[in-house]
Amino acid sequence: MMMKKFKEFTKKLWMKFFKSQGQVKLGFYGPPNAGKTSLANKICQDWLGEDIGSVSKIPHETRNVQFKEKVEIEKNGKKLEFKLIDTPGIATKIDYEEFLQFGLSKKEAHARAKEATQGIIESIKWLDDMDAVVIVLDSSENPYSQVNITIIGNLAARNIPVLIVANKIDLKKSDIKKVEAAFPEYKVVGISAKNDEGMDDFYDEVFKLVKRVK
Amino acid sequence: MAVKKEGDKKELTIHFMPYSEIAKEDGLARIKKLMGLILENKIIILQGRLKPEEETKLIETTMTLIGNLKGFQGVEISTLSGNDNQSAFDKVRHNIARILVGEQDAITLIGPATFIKEIKKDPKKIELMLKRR
Repeated sequence: MMMKKFKEFTKKLWMKFFKSQGQVKLGFYGPPNAGKTSLANKICQDWLGEDIGSVSKIPHETRNVQFKEKVEIEKNGKKLEFKLIDTPGIATKIDYEEFLQFGLSKKEAHARAKEATQGIIESIKWLDDMDAVVIVLDSSENPYSQVNITIIGNLAARNIPVLIVANKIDLKKSDIKKVEAAFPEYKVVGISAKNDEGMDDFYDEVFKLVKRVK
Repeated sequence: MAVKKEGDKKELTIHFMPYSEIAKEDGLARIKKLMGLILENKIIILQGRLKPEEETKLIETTMTLIGNLKGFQGVEISTLSGNDNQSAFDKVRHNIARILVGEQDAITLIGPATFIKEIKKDPKKIELMLKRR
């Protein structure tokens, strides 16, 4: 109980510090290969002209939490400064053999699996430190996965505002309505980070999201 | 799903856990109990559900064990809840009931990824797909 109160107190202190700096900590969470880094890269390219991290078709490409400080986004004459935090995809299982199918050697696959497990633990630890979170989902996949529900449930328990991004709307199997039906209490915005679709709406929603940061 | 080898035969065990078995446990004890069964290669049908923070603790524990425990690939988990997509009034009613008797109106399916290929969920059903062995 004391520990929890202490954590809340230190969090508030951090919040005050960052708010005084005018910087909002915006996290990107979701399952592996949903396009978190692609979206974070798109934002960084739009406003800084550089990437935050590498992307790959091989799952668990992002295995460390990655940051980009002082990303200033301007929309409709308003400016906001963010610290973008791109997190490794959260999963409940990792099988190194999955990586072998992408041409990795056994040694590389084992190393990737090990790093991925550590990355997931790191992602979870960072949940406490976010001001607002963008959940990135692959809109062509089933949104009812327990990982999605677990992440959103944890953010709700911490009163952290959430925006859900249904990424990959360029894919034939994409179904935004299914994502909306799965999470009726949350705003869902459809984008294709790869094809630069829906980004205007996304930025509008990010500005609305920040208004809900306590 | 405890897999017992008897010659070439494999026997599966599904463990049903009533809510009363975890009702008085704290989060860590719940995780410990579930992980113990998962590591015995059992599929658990739990009456009720874990809290979000317990689910993340379960994932953290799972990730710590992968690579340190030979053959362990993690877990598959899915919860079917009676309160998905309910009205505001029903939600209030459900929250009162949860405070009084705990979260019993849900079913959680959980087991080792070594044996479960996938748990498919839509709002009204969950399907368990086992690996061919």
